[in-house]
Amino acid sequence: MISWIASFASVWLQTHAPALIVAIPLIAAPLCVLISNGRSAWIISIVVTAICSFFAVVLLDRVQELEGVAISYALGGWKPPIGIEFRIDSLNVFILLLVTVIGFLASIFSWPSVRAEVRQEKLSLFYATYLVCFTGLLGVSITGDAFNLFVFLEISSIATYALVALGVSRDRRALPAAFNYLLMGTIGATFFVIGVGFLYAATGTLNMADIAARLPAIADKTTVQAAFAFITVGLGIKAAMWPLHQWLPNAYAYSPSMVVVFLAATATKVALYALVRFLFSVFSLEFAFEGVSFGWILMPLGIVAMMLCSFQAIFQADIRRTLAYSSVAQVGYMILGISLGTTLGLGAGLLHLINHALMKGVLFMAVAGLVLKYHGMQIRDLAGVGRNAPWTMVAFAIGALSLIGVPLTAGFQSKVALLNASLNQGLWWVAVLIVISSFLAVIYMGRILEMVFFRSAPEESEVRNEAPILILIPIWILAIANIWFGIDVSFLHNLVRNAADVAFSVESLQ
Amino acid sequence: MVEFVLERANYWAIIGLMMVGLYITFAARNMIKRLVGLSLFQTSVFLFYVTLAVVAGGSAPILYGKDYPKSEYTSEQSSVTESEKDVSQNGKKAKPELKEVYSNPLPHVLILTAIVVGVATLAAGLAIIVRLREEYGTIETDEVRALDEATIRAESDAYAQETQA
Repeated sequence: MISWIASFASVWLQTHAPALIVAIPLIAAPLCVLISNGRSAWIISIVVTAICSFFAVVLLDRVQELEGVAISYALGGWKPPIGIEFRIDSLNVFILLLVTVIGFLASIFSWPSVRAEVRQEKLSLFYATYLVCFTGLLGVSITGDAFNLFVFLEISSIATYALVALGVSRDRRALPAAFNYLLMGTIGATFFVIGVGFLYAATGTLNMADIAARLPAIADKTTVQAAFAFITVGLGIKAAMWPLHQWLPNAYAYSPSMVVVFLAATATKVALYALVRFLFSVFSLEFAFEGVSFGWILMPLGIVAMMLCSFQAIFQADIRRTLAYSSVAQVGYMILGISLGTTLGLGAGLLHLINHALMKGVLFMAVAGLVLKYHGMQIRDLAGVGRNAPWTMVAFAIGALSLIGVPLTAGFQSKVALLNASLNQGLWWVAVLIVISSFLAVIYMGRILEMVFFRSAPEESEVRNEAPILILIPIWILAIANIWFGIDVSFLHNLVRNAADVAFSVESLQ
Repeated sequence: MVEFVLERANYWAIIGLMMVGLYITFAARNMIKRLVGLSLFQTSVFLFYVTLAVVAGGSAPILYGKDYPKSEYTSEQSSVTESEKDVSQNGKKAKPELKEVYSNPLPHVLILTAIVVGVATLAAGLAIIVRLREEYGTIETDEVRALDEATIRAESDAYAQETQA
């Protein structure tokens, strides 16, 4: 299937796919502004994200062919380590695929939702901003240069602040949320830059593979350890790692529905990928300070996140805040998987990263459909909605079951992988906590499902209030993906196993 | 001890500015002031990078003196560009072909990019504040929070009345 799609690309396209996948959305963004017609901008965003998904598949095919050797693309013909390098290996190619496919589905789905929530004259600007954000996320995933990563991180973040603030036409609380996000996000990015500065001072290079090659000789210097601390905290803020997640609940609750779908499924995931890249590829587990920080900082934080935020999710009245707190809890699972420091653990963390993107995609899309028809975001307003909009809400239920981790769903597979990884390390109490946290998920999702399916609506009406077809198609693609990857695990397992292997193998610069 | 402190004077200044900036960002109530603090924090990091680039006795990284190319269009042109590349490759150490000492140009270039990012962030932040003042009529964080709490209270009161009726 993958190589069949990839066979459509000519040799030229295959060689330049790494540059094109970032350049095309970047060029399309000002095009949307120039055209200044909402509907055309929407179609441009669909076409562009589809092309990028195609390039992601091409790159996946090439990476699988090369088996472990990274594709290196020297921008402007300047050879790394002097020039900026785009570097694609098994660890980031699946992030590219995730971002582009989710971006494509989110673009299709966006039209009815965005048209209802954003002012008409702002539509083309909305899509332009969205494409810039998309570019930034792809750039972060693809680049092999530490400072370039910062630039792309900020490209996507600044676009995100604007997108969140656009929620103002539905609820003015979007503005303080966007402002707080801007403060936190910028502090995070600046911390990251300080860390990169320290690394540059210690090694004299910015290319990540080159830094990795030079670090082991000087690993016991305080400069390197300070760089590690600053980079972990900086990317931790962007990835909403507990307790640096304060920007997330409000940003998710008040931004336009389409933005939440895209952010929840991609933005924090990409930041988490960058964290994994630095923790495993640039720094290495062999450094004593990293092992200590995994066991004593990352793992406790991950566990606290998955317990405390699941608990907080139970008490939220607003459905999107429930899902937002649940997101922070799920980031906790991923951090926990990473902090185990084994191939199994990292693989489980990455698998949960993909699956969480799939389930939160479904859940937030279904909520977007509800917002369109019911204009209420409180859980108490949703009584009996399941009868009026069965297609939307059944997909929502599949996402919810996947989030809980019911067998035959994608969420079950990643939780089993996590349990397996922690038991393998002899951490049985961590496994118990994962199960308890899943029961908390049963409570907070069950609360919503009970209201949706088992309560009768205040005024009995037989009117069907289904979400529009443009929303239903992407929802069901993702919902079926949730079930598919819950049954047939080989595809995703292969992807994450290769990715984890790459992260642990010591690479040398070609 | 005094020497230890004095020879790192620029680093102390950077740390001081950084702390002041972060403190303002956290402690100020006025949103504009918080952005000012954020900019101060970012600028201190820019200074840090520029400090990294300094080479003792080095001048701005433009060829001069003995390194100055004799004529622009002679065959020497190519060898000069070659040596320019070597400077950036080797970081702080100048290659033996260069007779004068230069500072490392790379951090300056990086910071040029970072300044642009900082300006964009500041512009986005100010734009959000403008819209916020239109909606709330204030730019004090605590007043905004009080208004939001009032909204939530009004919503739940309305719901309570609805369920009673």
